[in-house]
Amino acid sequence: MEITLNHYLAVAATLFVIGLMGVMMRRNLIIIYMSLEMMLQAANLTLVAFSRFNGHLDGQVFVFFVITVAAAEVAVGLALIVALFRLRQTTQVDNLTTLKF
Amino acid sequence: MDQYIAWFLLLAPLAASVTILLRLYSPNGAIFASVGSASLCFLIALGIAWGGIVAPTPWMWISLPGSNESPGLEIEIGMIFDALSKGMLLIVTGVGLLVHIFSIGYMAQDPGRARFFGGLSIFMFSMTGIVVSTNLIEMFFFWEGVGLSSYLLIGFWFTKESAAAAANKAFVCNRLADFGFMIGILTYWILMGTVSVKPIDLSNSYHQNAVSLPRVVSILTPEEIAAHTGTAISVRHIGGVNLTSPLLLTIMVLGLFGGCVGKSAMFPFHVWLPDAMEGPTPVSALIHAATMVAAGVYMLCRVYPLLLLSTFGLEFIACIGCFTAIFAALIAVQQNDIKRILAYSTLSQLGYMVMAVGCGGPDAAMFHLTTHAFFKALLFLAAGSVIHALHEEQDIWKMGGLDKKIPLTYWTFLLGMLALIGCPPFSGFFSKDYILADAHAFHPAFYWVGVATAFLTAFYMTRLVVVAFLGSARSKAAEHPHESPLVMTIPLIILAVLSVGSGLWGFWSSDSGMKNFYHNWAINLFSDTDPIPNNGHFITVPEINTGIELGIPFAAVFFGALLSYYLYLDRTTDPLHIRLLARKFYVDELYQRRLVRGQQLLAGLLNWIDAWILDGLILRGGAYISVGFGEVFRLFQTGSLQTYAFIFTLGGVLLIYFTLFAH
Amino acid sequence: MYALFFWFFSTAMIVCGLAVILNRNPVASAICFAFTIFYMSALFVMLQAYFLAAIQILVTAGAVLVLFLFIIMLLDLATVEKIPRQRIQMICSLALALGFIYLVARTLNESPGGFTAVKTLSAPTQAVDFPSKDAEQIAADKHDDTHEIGKLLFTTYVAPFEVTSLLILVATIGVIVMCKQEPKRLSTREEITREAPPIVPEKETTFTR
Repeated sequence: MEITLNHYLAVAATLFVIGLMGVMMRRNLIIIYMSLEMMLQAANLTLVAFSRFNGHLDGQVFVFFVITVAAAEVAVGLALIVALFRLRQTTQVDNLTTLKF
Repeated sequence: MDQYIAWFLLLAPLAASVTILLRLYSPNGAIFASVGSASLCFLIALGIAWGGIVAPTPWMWISLPGSNESPGLEIEIGMIFDALSKGMLLIVTGVGLLVHIFSIGYMAQDPGRARFFGGLSIFMFSMTGIVVSTNLIEMFFFWEGVGLSSYLLIGFWFTKESAAAAANKAFVCNRLADFGFMIGILTYWILMGTVSVKPIDLSNSYHQNAVSLPRVVSILTPEEIAAHTGTAISVRHIGGVNLTSPLLLTIMVLGLFGGCVGKSAMFPFHVWLPDAMEGPTPVSALIHAATMVAAGVYMLCRVYPLLLLSTFGLEFIACIGCFTAIFAALIAVQQNDIKRILAYSTLSQLGYMVMAVGCGGPDAAMFHLTTHAFFKALLFLAAGSVIHALHEEQDIWKMGGLDKKIPLTYWTFLLGMLALIGCPPFSGFFSKDYILADAHAFHPAFYWVGVATAFLTAFYMTRLVVVAFLGSARSKAAEHPHESPLVMTIPLIILAVLSVGSGLWGFWSSDSGMKNFYHNWAINLFSDTDPIPNNGHFITVPEINTGIELGIPFAAVFFGALLSYYLYLDRTTDPLHIRLLARKFYVDELYQRRLVRGQQLLAGLLNWIDAWILDGLILRGGAYISVGFGEVFRLFQTGSLQTYAFIFTLGGVLLIYFTLFAH
Repeated sequence: MYALFFWFFSTAMIVCGLAVILNRNPVASAICFAFTIFYMSALFVMLQAYFLAAIQILVTAGAVLVLFLFIIMLLDLATVEKIPRQRIQMICSLALALGFIYLVARTLNESPGGFTAVKTLSAPTQAVDFPSKDAEQIAADKHDDTHEIGKLLFTTYVAPFEVTSLLILVATIGVIVMCKQEPKRLSTREEITREAPPIVPEKETTFTR
C-alpha cells in the first residue's frame, strides 16, 4: 500500500498520546519526565515527516534544535528532581502537593 | 410710605418672638414685648379695615416661567386686603390682643412665661400670615407656622407627660392632614396655572366644561353666578387638553378640604383637639377656639368659588361638617372636665361652620366664625378664670355654688353660654340660624341634624353652667374661690359685650329684611375701597321661610336647656351614665389599636426587612456569595501535578476542537 | 517493501512506547525508551533524514537516556510502585487520550484527499527535492542532507544556532549550581562547644550471599 504523509502523522500522534498517558498516569517523577521526552520525540517525527513532505530541509533544522534544547532541558529538569529528592526524600508525585489549598 | 406700614403686621410679632427666643428680655420684659406687638397688630388691622392702609407690593420669592406643557410657578410674599381678610384680621388681632392681656394675669406666677409669650407671638405672626396670604404656598407656610406654635404651646408644660403626648398628637394629626392639603394645592396649581388666590376671572370657558353645580345654586346659570359673585374662575387649557376632568376637580377640592380637616379638627382627625386642652387656658382660648381652628374654615371661604366645581366635593364637605357637629355634641354630654366640654363644643361649632360652607353659604360660615370667636374665647377665658379661682381644679363635679362667690366670672360665662346656645337676641342665635337656613335650602336632612345638635348643645352647656356654678359647693376649693384680678376680668367683659352685640350690629345696620341683612353684613362692616373687584358678595341664597325655620331651632334650644336644668340642679353626681359617650365613642382606642399598632407593625416589618433581607440577604448574602465562589475556585488548586497536566491538555484539546471543527 | 518496513518500525516503536509507560521498574522503562528511540531513528532513515537519525541516537538515546539512568540509580528509585492508581484518574486520562486521537483522526481525514493523500512519500529512490538546481549541479555538489543541513545552519539559521550554544552553556552552569551541595560549616563557637560524636563500635561484617 502507499504510505502517505498521513500515516507518519498518525504514528507520531499515537506516540504523542502514549506520552500523554504516561504523564497523567504514572506517579514516579522520573517516568513522568521520560514520557514528556517521548512527547517531544513524537513532535520531532512529525516535523521530519513534514519536512520530507514539503521537500526542503527547514523542518530538519528545526528538529536539530529541538533535540539540542531537549537535551539541555532534561539536564536541568533532572537536576531539579535531584534537588527535590534531597529536600523531600521522595519522588512520588502524590507526596509533592505543597501547593494544595 | 403708606404701603410699608402693612408689613409691620407680620414683622412686629415675628420680631417679638425672635427676640424673646434669643432671651434678650427678662420675663416681664418679654411680656411687654409680646403684648406690645399684639396691640400694634391690632392697630394696624384697624387701619387696614377703616383707615385706608393698602396692601404692600408683594415680594416675589420664586418665579419660574411656564411653557406649553406645564404651568409656571410664581410664589410671592404679599398681602391681600379684601372684605374677607379684613374681617378675619380684625377678629384675629382683636381676640388675640384680649387673650394676651388676659395671659398677663393668668401666667403671672409661671416661671416659663417668657417662653409662653414667645409662642403667642409666633402664633400671631403665623395666623395673620394665613389671613393675608395671597397664594396657597404662602398660606401653607404660615399654616405650618400655626401648627408649630400650637405644638409649642400645647406642650408648654412639657415636663408633664400627657402634655407632651398631646402636643405630639396635635402635630401628627395636623401633618397628616396637611399632606392632603399639599395635594390639593398642587392640583390647584395644575388646574389654575397659578397658586395665587386673588380672585380670578370667570371666563367664558367656564360653561364649556359642563360641570354640574350643587343644588343650591342650580337655579343660577353660570353667567348669573359671574354677575352675582363678582368673582371669576378661569380654567386652564394646557396644550389643547382640557384639564377640567371631574376627577381632578374633586381631588383638588378634597385635597384643600384635607387641610381644613386637620386644622379645624373634622371627624377622623378631631382627636387632637380635646387633648390640646393640656395647654394653658389662654392657649385654648386663642388657638383652639377662636382663631387657629377657624383657619380651616377661612381657607375654604377663601377658595370658595372653586369648591363649586365639584359637586361631590361640596356634598362631602357638608356631610363631614354635619357629622362632626352632632358627633362632638353627643360626646360633650358626658364629659366632666370643663375644658373638655368646651373643646367638644368647639368641635361641634366648627362642624356647623364647615357644614355651612358645604351647603353653599360661606358668608354664613364666616358670620358664625366671627361670633364663635367672641363667645368661645369668652367661655374659655372665663373657664380659665374659674380654674384660677379654684386653684387649678377642672372637674365640674368638684365645683358648685360659684355664682355668688365670683359673680363677674359667672355672669360673663353665662352670657357666653347663652350666645353659644343660640338664644336670641345674642349673636349666636343669628349666626346659627343663618347656617340652619342655608342647610335647609341645601337638603332638609342637614337642617334636622343641625337642630338636633342645637338641642344637645343647649343640653350640655346648661349642664355645665348648672353643675359648675349653681347649687352648693362640692369641694373644699369651691368653698373659697377668689375673684380674678382686673387684668383678667377686663377682657372678659369686652368679649361679653362683643358676644352679645355682634349679631345685633348687623341687624340694625342693614336694610329691612333678614335676607339683605345676612349678606350685607360683611359689606356694612368694611368700606369698599379695595381696588380688587371683590366686594364681598357670596353666593346668593334662596328665600327662607323665616317663621317656621327660626322657630324650630329656638324650640329645640329652649327644651334642651329646660331638660338639662331640671335634670342637673342640685346633684352631686351625674345621673346619666352613657359609657359610649363618656369614652368618646372609643375613637382614641380605635386609633390606638388600629393605627398606632398598625404603624408599629409596619415599623416592625420594616425592621425585619432591614435586618434580614437588606442586611442578611443582600449584604451578607453578597459577601457569602463571594466567599462561596472563592471556596469553589479554591478547589481548583489541587497541588497535584497530574491534575494540572490533565486540565492543561484538556484545555488544549478543546481549543483545537473549537477552532477547527465547531463553529 | 517500504510499507512493510514502515509498519514494522512503527509498530515496534508504539509497542516500546507502551512498554515505557506501563513498566513498573524505572530502569526497564528507560531501556524501553532507548528502543523507542532506535525505532524512531529507523523511521527517520525511511524519511531520508540520515543526519538526524544519527543525531537522534547519539543525543537522545546516548546522552539523555544515560542521564536518566544515572539519576535513577543515584536516587535509588528501583522500588516498585505499590499503591494502585485511582480509577477516576485512569478513566479521565484515557478519555482525554481518546479525544486527542479523535481530533487527529478527524483532521487527517478532512485533509485534502482524505487519509490516503495524493502526495506520497513511498518511493525510496525518489531523490530529495532541492530547490532550483539542475542535474549537473546536483551531481557535482555533494548532496547529502548533512551538508545541506550544515549549510542552512550556518547561513539562514545561524542566530538560533548561536543562541542554542549559549543555552547549553547556561543549562550546564545551572545544573552545576543546582546540584551543588555545600557541607554544613559550623561556626567557630559551635565548633568549640559541640559535643563529641558518639563512639560507635565497629559492627561485625558478615558476608552473606
